[in-house]
Amino acid sequence: MFYREAGQYKTSYASDMAVFPIRQDLIGVLLILAVAYAAIPAFASDFFISSVMIPFLVFSLAAIGLNVLTGYTGLISLGTGAFMGVGAYACYKLTTIFPGVNIIVWIVVSGFFSAAVGVVFGIPSLRIKGFYLAVATLAAQFFLQWCFVRIPWLYNYNASGAIEVAQRTLFDIPITGPRATPETRYFILLTLVVVLTWFASNLVHGRIGRAWMAVRDMDIAAELMGIKLLDTKLLAFAVSSFYAGVAGAAMMFLWYGGGEASDAFNINQSFNILFMIIIGGLGSLLGAFFGAAFISTLPTILKFGLPAIGIPLAGATAEHLTHILVGGLIIFFLIVEPHGLARLWQIGKQKLRMWPFPY
Amino acid sequence: MDILYKILIDPFVQMGAAPDLLVQTVWEGLVSGVLYALIALGFVLIFKASGVFNFAQGIMVVFAGLTLVGLHEMGLPAPIALLVTLGVMFFIAVAVERVVLRPLVNQPDIILFMATFGITYLLIGFGELIFGGNPKRMITEELYLPSGAIEWKAFGGFVQFQKIDVAAAVIAALMIAVLAFFFQKTRIGRALRAVADSHKAALSVGISLNQIWVIVWFTAGIVALVTGIMWGARSDVSFALQVIALKALPVLILGGFTSVPGAIVGGLIIGIGEKIGEFYWGPLVGGGIESWLAYFIALGFLLFRPQGLFGEKIIERI
Repeated sequence: MFYREAGQYKTSYASDMAVFPIRQDLIGVLLILAVAYAAIPAFASDFFISSVMIPFLVFSLAAIGLNVLTGYTGLISLGTGAFMGVGAYACYKLTTIFPGVNIIVWIVVSGFFSAAVGVVFGIPSLRIKGFYLAVATLAAQFFLQWCFVRIPWLYNYNASGAIEVAQRTLFDIPITGPRATPETRYFILLTLVVVLTWFASNLVHGRIGRAWMAVRDMDIAAELMGIKLLDTKLLAFAVSSFYAGVAGAAMMFLWYGGGEASDAFNINQSFNILFMIIIGGLGSLLGAFFGAAFISTLPTILKFGLPAIGIPLAGATAEHLTHILVGGLIIFFLIVEPHGLARLWQIGKQKLRMWPFPY
Repeated sequence: MDILYKILIDPFVQMGAAPDLLVQTVWEGLVSGVLYALIALGFVLIFKASGVFNFAQGIMVVFAGLTLVGLHEMGLPAPIALLVTLGVMFFIAVAVERVVLRPLVNQPDIILFMATFGITYLLIGFGELIFGGNPKRMITEELYLPSGAIEWKAFGGFVQFQKIDVAAAVIAALMIAVLAFFFQKTRIGRALRAVADSHKAALSVGISLNQIWVIVWFTAGIVALVTGIMWGARSDVSFALQVIALKALPVLILGGFTSVPGAIVGGLIIGIGEKIGEFYWGPLVGGGIESWLAYFIALGFLLFRPQGLFGEKIIERI
């Protein structure tokens, strides 16, 4: 009905290849942005913002990062958690050494540190492929995790061994630390996510993105066509780790507000983010958001949703049931749609375009 | 210069000065290597036959051990509990084949890999729900496994062998021999090897893939049960074991995903390498290097042989 492209003529190649080929898509995205910027802070409770929206945004950033590497370039990585950790620790060191510079700058800059580490651990990807590479990236995960615990310089020789988030302000409004309100942290994070998503979308739709996809589909053929494998693969590692690093810094400074750092960046976090991109859809930025929404809100929904519909749960049993449900849902989704939620979304859109005719 | 001395010379001086300690360390490494090799063996069996990178092997070890101990706690005598546990592992194999593998046949590898994550979560959830999340003591005496230690005086000192470790090594060797016999000499073994070579060719000569997958997952389940008993006897049976099972992954890339001898040799190399590294070089950087050393050893080997020590040569066509 309303989702039709009738009357929208494309007169140039560029407009045919646009990110939003149909005007309604653009309107839809603007609508979502309006809801995210205006409606949610205005109507949602603090609890909803801090325990649903903020985790969702942090994870979608990390998932975009991993999707660049795994979905677009075809390199499986199990070290995302550790790369997020690098970002968090880099941000912590930077803001303690240069407290005068705004924290938002450091959150973004810490991504570059993470990118550098990612490139180093990406070097073996030139020789090692597939699951061998996946296991090799575990080396990064465990080595970096070990560094986070064993190098006291990283956490400023704290007795607790944890990151302590100090209060930092923007125009005299506290944005990190205990006095920052969920709304301010949400706005900062949302802006970061929007800007970085726009950037990622431009990357994957351009020459670099096409080179990544060529490498994913078959790297030898891509090499024969003149794509430099070394540059392309390492760039994918760098961009992916950059996003992971920013996500990690944002996680520590805008969500957790400090504390259990070495636990937050363990192997389970890496697996979690891999779930997100597979459930959401490999090689799709939209999929990263779907996956992050699904995986990050599922425990909260189960925790508060099941008692609400009359299934009372004790603490320990709830956790066990969550495990069973998550496991079951992963298998269920893989069987129903192995290409992820993003594919379901596409099919739905296609149906809507044709409606009410079958084709 | 001092640091070079500490890295390059001092550890060897220590080894020479106290050979009994060296032998002890190598033995410890050998035993944990055997256990890594057993977990890796479970992986390899499944990967060869169905091309599935089975992340759930670690949790299968825990689940098998937990079922055995849990059933015994509920009052079943040990041998019957053992049989029932075998039945449970068979049930898991059938369920995995029916519910997970069959609908997902012909999907990309990474999808199947993810599905085994789903299995992992399911097994964790059910294990905790049925048997509780607390660590349990393995029923060592009831299974007629020895305990205590032998001391062997040699090299101007003494070396201590835990009897359970000796038993673990012997049982592992026996099991590998039985598996080798099963693969080489029986009808089912031949079918398994045929499937490993080519699914399509095996199908065309009338081998049922579904049956083979059940058999392979059940075999991996038996291997998991043996590993669970051995590992449980050394520490406790708890979900923490699942994390240690991640150590089997460098063994796999070292030995190659498709090679049974590779899993065994890789396990021993990793086990001994990481114990020696931790004991002699670990203190230089503050210890705890066990958690990542294995990966770096494996990575070093991989840079020279990308398919692992014994893996089949990867040939790519365009």
